Amino acid sequence: MKEILERLEETFGERVTVSAPLGQTVVELPAAEIVSVVTFLKSQGFSMLIDLTAVDRLGREPRFDVVYHLYHLEQKDWLRLKVQVGGEEPTVPSIAHVYASANAAERECYDMFGIRFRGHPDLRRILMPDDWQGHPLRKDYPLTGLNPMPPLVRE
Amino acid sequence: MAGVEDRPILFASVKKLAQWAQSGSLWPAQFGLACCAIEMMATAASRFDLSRFGAEVMRASPRQADVMIVAGRVSHKMAPIVRELYDQMPEPKWVIAMGACASVGGVFNNYAIVQGVDRVIPVDIYVPGCPPTPEGLLEAVIQLQKKIRMGGRPMAPAMPVPEEVAEA
Repeated sequence: MKEILERLEETFGERVTVSAPLGQTVVELPAAEIVSVVTFLKSQGFSMLIDLTAVDRLGREPRFDVVYHLYHLEQKDWLRLKVQVGGEEPTVPSIAHVYASANAAERECYDMFGIRFRGHPDLRRILMPDDWQGHPLRKDYPLTGLNPMPPLVRE
Repeated sequence: MAGVEDRPILFASVKKLAQWAQSGSLWPAQFGLACCAIEMMATAASRFDLSRFGAEVMRASPRQADVMIVAGRVSHKMAPIVRELYDQMPEPKWVIAMGACASVGGVFNNYAIVQGVDRVIPVDIYVPGCPPTPEGLLEAVIQLQKKIRMGGRPMAPAMPVPEEVAEA
């Protein structure tokens, strides 16, 4: 793990920040670097994308953290990547061509947070109906939703 | 009609006979959407034995069923599917909303869950509980049978007879 992180800092220099809060390794990086960093880490043995999700930090700018969890199957080690995005249409490059499992995860992240993944082969909603309004896991989304409740049926 | 009284014959209107037959042979369309479905399975299994009330023939196809047991919370994404399956059931048909979620949304007062399946299809019997006990579902079946025998929900109007047939 230590060697991989050293090689990572050697390759990407100032663009990545490595820290270990609570003993969990976190790498923070700009959105533009995500594809090259995960490609590098996969070549170093982080062969499994465990999770890809986002955190809405409403009030902060940039507003969202996109979080990636990688797992090293031989060393049994975890790694977290964090990318900050914001703006009207928060956009990060897709890593679906690096990890196939990112395909569904990025669709869910788009569905729930409205984060666009540039280069994703099929960026559609995955959980909510196709005609759904809004992105439910955003902090400013009302609990009971924006879509009207259907009226009662009487026969 | 003389002499009929002392023979083993009963008289009834066709309507009454049809209602009696319908109520004694309900074929449920199983619609397990969540944990209520576990209790629905228990109701049909040996301990509670739904077949004592003639409603044990759980059908996986709506076309072979006449009572839909909606067992669980209905999400907005599921709602059009529930409606389509209901529309595919032949008349006469009835609906049991099993449990708090199917009745009024239950604890899920949120964006994802329809607040009661009666916003999608008409409901005849609501069963309270989270989940209801098998006895609760049996009671619903018994109440539905009573409702059917009393006339219940009217059947859809009969197909109009084409004029050339009516005249002949």
